[in-house]
Amino acid sequence: MNGQEIKVIVFQLENEEYGVDVHQVKSIERVSHITRIPRTPGFVKGVINLRGIVTPIIDLRSRFGMEEKQTDENTRIIIVNTDEMEVGLIVDSANDVLDIPTADIEPTPEVAGGINAEYLDGVAKIGDRLLILLQLDKVLNKEEVTQLHLIGNLG
Amino acid sequence: MEMSQYLDIFIEESKEHLQSMNEQVLLLEKQPDELSIVQEIFRSAHTLKGMSASMGYEDLANLTHIMENVLDGIRNHKLTVTQEILDALFVSIDHLEEMVLSIGNGGDGKKDVEDIVRLLHAIESGKSEEPPQNKQEQSKAGQAIFDEYELTIMKQSLEQNFHVYQISVELRDDCLLKAVRAYMAFETLEQMGEVVKSVPSVDLIEQEKFEREFQVTLISKEQPETIQNNLLKVSEIDKVSVESIMAEHIVQNEAEEADPEEEKTGADMKGEPAQKTSSSAGSKTIRVNIDRLDRLMNLFEELVIDRGRLEKISKDLKSNDLNETVERMSRISSDLQDIILNMRMVPVDQVFNRFPRMIRGLAKDLGKSVSLEITGAETELDRTVIDEIGDPLVHLLRNSIDHGIEKPEKRAEAGKSKIGTIHLRAYHSGNHVFIEIQDDGAGINRHKVLERAIERGIVNRELSEDFTDKQVFELLFASGFSTADVISDISGRGVGLDAVKNKIESLGGFVTVDSREGSGSLFSIQLPLTLSIISSMLVKAGEETYAIPLSSIIETALIKKSDIMTVHHQPMIDFRGKVVPLISLSELFEVPGPGWDEKDRSSVVIVKKGDKMAGLAVDSLIGQQEIVLKSLGNYLASVFAVSGATILGDGQVALILDCNALIK
Repeated sequence: MNGQEIKVIVFQLENEEYGVDVHQVKSIERVSHITRIPRTPGFVKGVINLRGIVTPIIDLRSRFGMEEKQTDENTRIIIVNTDEMEVGLIVDSANDVLDIPTADIEPTPEVAGGINAEYLDGVAKIGDRLLILLQLDKVLNKEEVTQLHLIGNLG
Repeated sequence: MEMSQYLDIFIEESKEHLQSMNEQVLLLEKQPDELSIVQEIFRSAHTLKGMSASMGYEDLANLTHIMENVLDGIRNHKLTVTQEILDALFVSIDHLEEMVLSIGNGGDGKKDVEDIVRLLHAIESGKSEEPPQNKQEQSKAGQAIFDEYELTIMKQSLEQNFHVYQISVELRDDCLLKAVRAYMAFETLEQMGEVVKSVPSVDLIEQEKFEREFQVTLISKEQPETIQNNLLKVSEIDKVSVESIMAEHIVQNEAEEADPEEEKTGADMKGEPAQKTSSSAGSKTIRVNIDRLDRLMNLFEELVIDRGRLEKISKDLKSNDLNETVERMSRISSDLQDIILNMRMVPVDQVFNRFPRMIRGLAKDLGKSVSLEITGAETELDRTVIDEIGDPLVHLLRNSIDHGIEKPEKRAEAGKSKIGTIHLRAYHSGNHVFIEIQDDGAGINRHKVLERAIERGIVNRELSEDFTDKQVFELLFASGFSTADVISDISGRGVGLDAVKNKIESLGGFVTVDSREGSGSLFSIQLPLTLSIISSMLVKAGEETYAIPLSSIIETALIKKSDIMTVHHQPMIDFRGKVVPLISLSELFEVPGPGWDEKDRSSVVIVKKGDKMAGLAVDSLIGQQEIVLKSLGNYLASVFAVSGATILGDGQVALILDCNALIK
């Protein structure tokens, strides 16, 4: 093969491992005080002060329809950057960086662990680990936030 | 050579010089005899030439060079200021602007300027042989205009006990070899001292491009009689006059420098002393990239946050020394904050200064005569607002000239002065800056506006019947509206006043229009002083802190539970005889914790939107504070009733309420 690799940040949600392209990750933060934003969809946890920049935070578990989890000492916020949007993702833990040969990435199966497949970029098998690669611009679909919040206003 | 680092400076400075040239040429149009203005334009052209040549922009350098020649001709009385010259200068400036703009946009600054160069050449040479238009005046000593360099030399010479003479040499009528005689006269003069300046210039004298007379300024130790006698020894010289006048002029010049109010008394060298005072007395400035200021601001905010932490720690530790130090630090940092905020403020003049030229062009194109009067150009606004406000203003000004001001004949018929006037005003009022554009034109035809709006389906006829004038004029800002019967080149560019309105509202401002038919219209723009800093009241709802902009607060009050009435289950309060709806912030924002109605008394903030009011019940008032407005980021572009966020002293984020969304 052509031997190309991508570098991903690996994080955990429940008992699954996810990967996101390192180029889209700005930093990994511990959870600080989050200011709630009223009348936004449930997965929007609020905003934090990230070194002077007000950054929205979304809970990835609740975004993916999983049950929310109390924050503990492993909980991290991954600050990602796509499309000039900077958003923090709350994950259970983030502790690995991996190089994945692009050849090892397979298309997402139609249904993967109950998660809507459109968020996913593919699945990579590394040894006996299965890594789910995220498609961030789908995860951070702005229209979805706006629509949900409009519904929230009506209700 | 690495030029890119100078490019920004080059572009900025070029723009400044072009602007100044524009202004000065406009002035020159009004006072064509004022050579100090020519001098000023020359200086700008000269600097521009030097800059562009060293940056390698040949076309720019060429055009400025030939402009310089024409200006030099005027300055040396070889050319008279005519409309043709003024127009040519304006066209040249336009070309230069285009080139600089192209460079700014990453282009090469090349442009075909041959036509205008040819025109300027024609002007320069075609008229250069005309006799000096006013010999009498010219021969008067001291008439020559000296540049700063020459003045300095003369001043220094005087200090060293040299004499400065203004010498006028007249050749005999039948003189055959004028250039030769002149050359001999110069030779003679050079033996006695140093020639600082000659009118016409030495070049032209050598080409025999002068009548019978020329003037020379000489620095010498000799007595005037000696000079005169020596010169008269040269054959074919008819008359020589030597005047030692410069001493008083230069002394006068210095006196003016000390007292700028007496500028005008130095009739002979008007402009020169004014120049000096303005350049020496003007404050020193440095150009700073706005991004750097933003970075400074962000860093500073972090400092403020740490300050908040330090204050808390020092309170807990109860150490006097620490307390004092932290207090000092707090004072210093709040001073620092003022300075940083002020650094972002720039006078609105930066936008206004391009209008006189634009108005001149527009009026000319449309066959109207318009005079633009600007007041309050020194009013300061945040840089971010300044950058955005230009386009809407241009649009409104175009609108005033195109639709407002009538043609001169029509104005005369209506018994008005033929020249229409547009007032452009800026002034501070409270936490806002107002910019007004007022014309004394035809005003807005209510009937026409309504018809057009109905025709375009913007309002329906029945509804519009009892509209007030103001409501009708508001329709001008509706999208898809244009009052011009014939779409003109000026305003028919596919953008209407709705674009103006949107832009201004995006800046957090308002635009209104008022008009009286037959006597003119007034467009008024209200803008926040700055987009980044607002005064606000911090309030608490449950454990959450919110900021309410002071600009939308009328006052705060304490109300008893028994004061609350209900209308259709909507709580209402009586505020100064007016029934005002009461909104609970906790309920509105679903704040966790006990609701407000469980308490006996409640703090209420009375907020307004236009002339409508509402009471906002909160758990407690924290106090007034200047806050830095931050966006919630692109992801959360529109959140209900929240206009942004700010970072508080403890590092936490507080949301800023948008009261306009609360009041329907």
